Amino acid sequence: MMPSNKSVSDAPIFQFTNCRILRNHQLQREDLWVREGKILNPEKLFFDEKGSADIQLDCKDSIIAPGFIDVQINGGFGVDFSLAVDDVQSGISLVSQKILSHGVTSFCPTLVTSPPSVYHKVLPQISVRNGGPHGAGILGAHLEGPFISKEKKGAHPEHYLSTFESGAFQDLLATYRHLDCVRIVTLAPEMKRSSEVIQELTRRGICVSLGHSVANLSQAEEAVRHGATFITHLFNAMLPFHHRDPGIVGLLTSDQIPARRRVFYGMISDGIHTNPAALRIAHRAHPKGLVLVTDAIAGMGLAPGRHTLGQQVIEVDGLNTYIAGTKTLSGSVATMDSCVRHFLEATGCTVETALEAASLHPAQLLGIEHRKGTLNYDNDADFLLLDNSLRVRATYIAGEQVWSQDTFTI
Amino acid sequence: MKLIILENYAQASEWAAKYIRNRIIQFNPGPYKYFTLGLPTGLPRDHLESYHSFMWNNFFKHIDISPENTHILDGNATDLQAECDAFEGKIKAAGGIELFVGGIGPDGHIAFNEPGSSLVSRTRVKTLAMDTILANARFFDGDLSKVPTMALTVGVGTVMDAREVMILITGAHKAFALYKAIEEGVNHMWTVSAFQQHPSTVFVCDEDATLELKVKTVKYFKGLMLVHNKLVEPLYSMKETGAERRQSKKPYSD
Repeated sequence: MMPSNKSVSDAPIFQFTNCRILRNHQLQREDLWVREGKILNPEKLFFDEKGSADIQLDCKDSIIAPGFIDVQINGGFGVDFSLAVDDVQSGISLVSQKILSHGVTSFCPTLVTSPPSVYHKVLPQISVRNGGPHGAGILGAHLEGPFISKEKKGAHPEHYLSTFESGAFQDLLATYRHLDCVRIVTLAPEMKRSSEVIQELTRRGICVSLGHSVANLSQAEEAVRHGATFITHLFNAMLPFHHRDPGIVGLLTSDQIPARRRVFYGMISDGIHTNPAALRIAHRAHPKGLVLVTDAIAGMGLAPGRHTLGQQVIEVDGLNTYIAGTKTLSGSVATMDSCVRHFLEATGCTVETALEAASLHPAQLLGIEHRKGTLNYDNDADFLLLDNSLRVRATYIAGEQVWSQDTFTI
Repeated sequence: MKLIILENYAQASEWAAKYIRNRIIQFNPGPYKYFTLGLPTGLPRDHLESYHSFMWNNFFKHIDISPENTHILDGNATDLQAECDAFEGKIKAAGGIELFVGGIGPDGHIAFNEPGSSLVSRTRVKTLAMDTILANARFFDGDLSKVPTMALTVGVGTVMDAREVMILITGAHKAFALYKAIEEGVNHMWTVSAFQQHPSTVFVCDEDATLELKVKTVKYFKGLMLVHNKLVEPLYSMKETGAERRQSKKPYSD
């Protein structure tokens, strides 16, 4: 080990060797350098600081990818984020800790359509916070509903659906009340006065997503013009693609998207919510917009049986989750890493593409790619060690190992 | 000189690498310093085509060298000539260059000592010939306006002061330069020819680079390969004892 003359910082420098890292959209045989929770530029360290590594770690030929970011997850391990409990934090903390083993280092706890009382009780208890050994980082809440279409409510409870046609944004504010920690709102753009609402949400830095909607393509395009940038679980809970009116699905190839903007779309690639052929069509039409999400519910991680999702009771058997007694899909029990693997297999895409769909693209959607979602220098050192089948071997947040397989040590 | 002729680029590189390795081990113990020869000016340090980036990506990041032991001319120094003079001073302070490893340009230049450079020149700022600028355009997406026109370089005299000089020459496009360097006279238009007057020079090349040489020359040196290969076999290891290492490896002198 060489002495380092650290003119910039005394903090220890870690060099992860014997690995392939995802950088510039390619897997490269390079070492990953980390200091003080951030990715370090080794060339600058060498020439400017005349520094070198304090600790070298052999990654046993792992793939190193940026940590996964899940922007739609309703709960897991028995926890339902839409339940109005007194201690929301402990449920979120449990899930955030458990999903580390799925490779998720940041996420947006998602609330489905609920009565205002639930939002008033739950939202103040959610706060944006950094990840660490305690669990994945919280980027903010994703509110899916209640401003969605009755015809496409899916598993959302009908009597709690709502509109904002009388007071526009004020109605929305009255329903949610606390917007500080809200990161994404899913709504149906065909609803009256949605343009004003979308504009105001966008102005406040909240990402607007279109979903659970019967909008046609022009309504969807207008919503995008006003600021919408995401589509909630493409294909599910929206009008099917029609060749004379592609509906929301048409946004993938629309020529009405404002310049320099990109529409992203969530896909639940658990093999159930979307036929692999449909997954491939979407991916081929607009590969750079695909964002993998789990849409996981409380039953994820638990044995088959009955669980809650907001005001509903859900039945889980194997990979399928339905509203109890029906065949209506509601959320999934998929894990993020299994979604990545399934996506890779179903589309035959490159490993780099599959990994970026779960890391770079969600980061770009939320406008945080200068901090997360890549292994670029100075980004947060949230990353994963994976084997060649993209199974997670170890998870790191801010350069610190927060989870690893029992059999894997470096 | 020793002219080492290998079949192709890969073999020439491997021979050179083994030779350098043996020479390094032979030289130990003792401090060993590396100096890198030439840096175009006007490029920011972390530009992809800067010598810092080149040396980092192709050499330093693969080995465990200590940053204090690397010396690259800084093309962004405020006083370029002072930077060059300081470089000469550092070489002297380190005890002089034991082995200089370099290539040759299609115009026969060593480092950036373009045709017309004084054969006794020292480290200095040098304007680049059009040939060199054209050759380097490929690193700047073919945009000639982006290629630096000046470079800091060690001089021919600086290299002549080294105790041993090794020149690597591969490829048919270098064949004429090699011919001018070793079969014609010493001439400042082909600055590599200066090493005809150096006591200890090794030229390592592939078959293609010999295309302009006399058949007689090539046959003569190929015939010597049995002897020359003793310089790379056995391949030393740092783990050998001092006595084995310090054995002289010069089976003959030229």
